[in-house]
Amino acid sequence: MTDTTEKAAVKAAAGAALAAPAPAPAPRRARVWRGVTPWLFLIAPLALLITFTYAPIANMIAYSFTDWDGVSPELRYTGAENYTEIFTREDLFRVFFVSGYYLAASAVQIVAALYFATILSFNVRFRNFFKGVLFFPYLINGVAIGFVFLYFFQDGGTLDSVLSLFGYHTDHAWLGTPVSANTSLAGVSIWRYMGLNFVLFLGAIQSIPGELYEAAELDGANRWHQFRYIIAPGIKPVLTLTVILSISGSLSVFEVPYIMTGGATGTETFVIQTLNLAFRFNKTGLASAAAVVLLLIILVVTWVQRRLVPDDKVDLT
Amino acid sequence: MTRRAVARTLVYLSLIAATLVVLLPLGVVFLTSLKSSKELANGSGALSLPDDLLNFHNYVTAFQDGRMLSAFGNTALILLVAIGGTVLIGSMTAYAIDRFTFRFKKTVVALFLVAALVPGVTTQVATFQIVNSFGMFDSLWAPIALYMGTDIVSIYIFLQFVRSIPISLDESARLDGANAFTIYRKIIFPLLKPAIATVVIVKGITVYNDFYIPFLYMPSEDLGVISTSLFRFRGPYGAHWEIISAGAVLVILPTLIVFLSLQRFIYNGFMRGATR
Repeated sequence: MTDTTEKAAVKAAAGAALAAPAPAPAPRRARVWRGVTPWLFLIAPLALLITFTYAPIANMIAYSFTDWDGVSPELRYTGAENYTEIFTREDLFRVFFVSGYYLAASAVQIVAALYFATILSFNVRFRNFFKGVLFFPYLINGVAIGFVFLYFFQDGGTLDSVLSLFGYHTDHAWLGTPVSANTSLAGVSIWRYMGLNFVLFLGAIQSIPGELYEAAELDGANRWHQFRYIIAPGIKPVLTLTVILSISGSLSVFEVPYIMTGGATGTETFVIQTLNLAFRFNKTGLASAAAVVLLLIILVVTWVQRRLVPDDKVDLT
Repeated sequence: MTRRAVARTLVYLSLIAATLVVLLPLGVVFLTSLKSSKELANGSGALSLPDDLLNFHNYVTAFQDGRMLSAFGNTALILLVAIGGTVLIGSMTAYAIDRFTFRFKKTVVALFLVAALVPGVTTQVATFQIVNSFGMFDSLWAPIALYMGTDIVSIYIFLQFVRSIPISLDESARLDGANAFTIYRKIIFPLLKPAIATVVIVKGITVYNDFYIPFLYMPSEDLGVISTSLFRFRGPYGAHWEIISAGAVLVILPTLIVFLSLQRFIYNGFMRGATR
């Protein structure tokens, strides 16, 4: 891997070097050349960035004020009509309530991740095994997870079999009603993403110097005190980051509900709805407006996070 | 003693419970993949062992009829090109931003910074039109370009590493007559190896598992990557859980092998990637 990229790098650099002026150029040309050099490195990244991030955003905002269907050459400017439609049509607005299930799941997930990160940062037998087991689901392919859990929630599937081991026989269709289907799907998302939060917390806890615990122990602090006064403040930045990521994650849930239910029985999320509007019902204008709304919500949430935890790590210069 | 012992027992119990919650759904799917369709039809419970523990028949069916070979091939190709491009682009951007002062530098930095805040899922409606207008729709180029063009996280990772390389190295090379490209190629890039490893791992797992982009941009069946090919199992094998399970295990297995062999790097990679 590294070998091929290195070769490619050499080629790219060599190509650029050919264009370089002859050795010992006139001072002025040298100065011009120095000014151009950084841009030669930035051409490709900037071109990609603008083509695949900024141009779509600009287009999307433009589409959101039209009734374009995505195919026909005609489009009509409709003002803010799409936006009013999103916030007034109840069937479009409903997807926000589905996010509520995933938000609640995020809370459970963060608490569980915090618990396991704390206990596994102390000396526990088979620590690496438990660490690996808890993190592994995060690495699994989303489609595979969808199938694993479709079988899990099936009639007579894994969950029913486990419950009947405890003498609890049920013919509950887990994905059958909106409330139970959304709860089940939110449970899958806890299963899938808990490991990432866990590993982030674990890393933050391990970067706290060990002497602090020893000193606290000498002062007679128990584990809870250690958590309350050393660990909790120590991982505050990561904790806020996780909360923010969870909120934007809850709003942009797509894979698991799409694969498992296709958005049926009231499990349609914001992203599924937007994709359906755009690619199934050919309402590109309305879908764009929905996407703009989602983007704005996420930007506001992120802005709040940056205000709450002004961390210097993200500063690029 | 007693209170501490109780606490320790509870800790281990919770860990064992969590292990079961993680492994049980996966284990059951593995067991199901070894059962014959007759066994499943006769109501073999989800938790019962298969009659024949070495029945790999379903794997053969899933691999051949599910077109898994071409799926793995396509995935490998996308991985190779997209990751190679990401490494090159990320390291060049980081080098240019960290080692040069130039006009509009602040603007460029801000462009990358703001882009990091925009989640890809929100812009797909409009990105689709752009990809389509380049004629890349329904070709392997669509995911390759999108994976390469929108990876801000790897730029951050490279930037951290470039910053930690002492500038005196650049300067002494410059005194020896090296120009900016030679410095990048001979000094910066080789020293970025740990960052490259991180980016390759994080990006590799993301690309291998991605469903959204290939599903949206490569609808033809020949262009299936592993996630879309597996997704297509829904149709022909709708009720054949033994085959779907075998397909899922086939897809999970490479991840498991990579994870077990590279554990330490993977944890570190994701910590760096997420917290930037």
